Amino acid sequence: MNTAKLTTTVAAIALMAGAAYAETEITLWHAMGGQLGETVNKIAEDFNASQDDYKLTPVYKGNYEETLTAGIAAFRGGEQPDIIQVFDAGAATIISAKGAVVPAQDLLIDNGVAFDANDYIAGVRNFYADTEGKMIGMPFNSSTPIMYYNEDALAKAGVTPPKTWEEFQSVTAPALKEAGYTPMSQSHLPWIFTENFFSRHNIQFATNDNGYAEGETKILINNDGIKAHFSAVKDWIDGGMFGYYGSGWSDNQKPFEQKEVAMWLGSSGSFGGLTATVDFPFSATYLPYWESVNPEPTNTFIGGAALFAMSGKSAEENKATAEFFKFLSSAEVQYFWHKETGYVPITNAAYEMAKEDGYYERSPAAEVGIQQLNLPGGDWTKGYRMGFYVQIRDVMSREYGKIMSGETTVEKAFETIESDANKLLARFAKTQG
Amino acid sequence: MKKVQFSRPLFPYLLLIPQLSIIAVFFYWPAAEAIRSSFFLEDPFGFGSTFVGLDNYRDAVTSSEYVNVATFTVWFTALVAFLSLSLSLLLAIKADAVLKGAKTYRVLLMWVYAIAPPVAGLMGILLFDQSLGPFTHLMALFGHDFKLGVNYYDTTTAIVIVSVWKQIPINFIFFLAGLQSIPRSVREAALIDNPSGISRFFTVTLPLLAPTAFFLLIINITYALFDTFGIFDIMFKGEPGNNPTTLVYKVFLDGFRGNDLGGSSAQSVILMILVLGLTVVQFRMMERRVHYT
Repeated sequence: MNTAKLTTTVAAIALMAGAAYAETEITLWHAMGGQLGETVNKIAEDFNASQDDYKLTPVYKGNYEETLTAGIAAFRGGEQPDIIQVFDAGAATIISAKGAVVPAQDLLIDNGVAFDANDYIAGVRNFYADTEGKMIGMPFNSSTPIMYYNEDALAKAGVTPPKTWEEFQSVTAPALKEAGYTPMSQSHLPWIFTENFFSRHNIQFATNDNGYAEGETKILINNDGIKAHFSAVKDWIDGGMFGYYGSGWSDNQKPFEQKEVAMWLGSSGSFGGLTATVDFPFSATYLPYWESVNPEPTNTFIGGAALFAMSGKSAEENKATAEFFKFLSSAEVQYFWHKETGYVPITNAAYEMAKEDGYYERSPAAEVGIQQLNLPGGDWTKGYRMGFYVQIRDVMSREYGKIMSGETTVEKAFETIESDANKLLARFAKTQG
Repeated sequence: MKKVQFSRPLFPYLLLIPQLSIIAVFFYWPAAEAIRSSFFLEDPFGFGSTFVGLDNYRDAVTSSEYVNVATFTVWFTALVAFLSLSLSLLLAIKADAVLKGAKTYRVLLMWVYAIAPPVAGLMGILLFDQSLGPFTHLMALFGHDFKLGVNYYDTTTAIVIVSVWKQIPINFIFFLAGLQSIPRSVREAALIDNPSGISRFFTVTLPLLAPTAFFLLIINITYALFDTFGIFDIMFKGEPGNNPTTLVYKVFLDGFRGNDLGGSSAQSVILMILVLGLTVVQFRMMERRVHYT
């Protein structure tokens, strides 16, 4: 009798204690390594410290591709995290899978968080939205390709950063070569010289409204403008005016950090890392364009990744995820993230806060990415949506690599990319059946 | 010989259950699942799927890239197997002839075996790095601009060297053991009959080593086909680009990087059939010519 009473009492106390300290735990799987990962951990700590009801645990899952694959495997096994970070090329995979995610916009509204799409910067808002413009993913680390340059190198050669590729070809590159530098390198041919080439010159990239509309999409990569660009790049490489160090990102960034290469096309999100590693004054400006292709260049669109709330979670966990999204998109957190990493702030409020704080007067290069995103747009500058796009990018990398090493011609390479990509797109359409 | 009979007829099957269930769960079930999904095109998250019959096989086999990868795999396997077998045989013969300090010498040759393939790949990156690699500097002395990850043939060379280096120790151990099991009397008799070392090697030593060599050939082929995966993966640093790829690595790329489960399954079924065929051919055809006693 006494024992039973005691047990009941203990159980009751335990229950009450449990209730009092019940924190809803949620997990975030991300692909942010190194300095970026530390910043993510800091944001999670701040979120946990800001309230007592929810606890977020960030988990690093490897690179973008590995994180997406881990998320898919976990989802199929019913063990998915609450939030997963998915990169631009994987957006079609997760958005097309109807029922894999709770749209960020619905999640916020259902949990009583005020939401207005117009709070978000235009270039950021559209990329992860569906056909009707509903925001599916919560933009997180948004970047865009920009041109970094070594100020000493340019001063030594007596040139200014080129606005157009024509200027680069006739003035900048020969002078830098003369001064003993490899004039330029870039870190991601599919992203910088393909997707954003189409956006910067306002050229259609795929049928079906760049793939955003329903139905089978065909890629329109076999375009004279881009083919002329790649022929020029190959000529520059052969003439010592451009450096190609393979398809790895850091292999192409390293020579810039080591002052062998004078200008480097990379991500606006590389700003934080560069500031920490290089020992020379550097700055950044817009991605050059071909005046002959389009004399009125348009904006580039965002790369990087977004956070997706995965479906199949309890109402409490969804509430916690919504609260985290609210915290994350607040101007203070966005400004912190922007300053630490160089990724662009996703809301107008955060951008205003950075301006008022005088951040861009202190480091003007940090504003280039967002300014470039805010350039006048066109019909084909909001992004693209294509399935099996990770493989399509790999096909591009492969064929571009062959162009650079002289194993194939530009003409043949683009034919192969077009036919291989369209086969993949047709296959993807069938997976949705 | 005394025949052992269990009193209860079901008992032996009971004893077999643990082993059989492991085989079923870890081998037959995944294999059956791969065959099933090779006939479908499936949404990665498992929502939609379409039965496409043999389309995945047709798409794989008719793509020019698949043919390139298959051709590379054949050359790569032949090259790695040949080089690692011949070099380790040479080392084993030389080590067998060493009288003083033989043990130290052998241990030094063996311990590379303890290195895992990804670690070997990492060492490859350091060795062949475009700006810092000692091998790259060495090639520069000969006037060749060695570019790992840019030039297809340079990358192939680097991967073959690392793969061969990694495989030599295990071949060496087996060859040395094989050499030491050749009876002394046979060697002495051969020495009296034939004073030429090279001719003696091909007429006496090599035939007696045939069982070992045959076993190692299979081991080396499967090594080059499957176990070099880690070396490829590390040396590509996560970006396949236009680097050479083997069939196994392509299965991984399409399935785990590209999330094309159907296509990747079809390719792995093709590989399964290939390995099955290879095993049958090797055991049926070659066993006749190899003398085990």
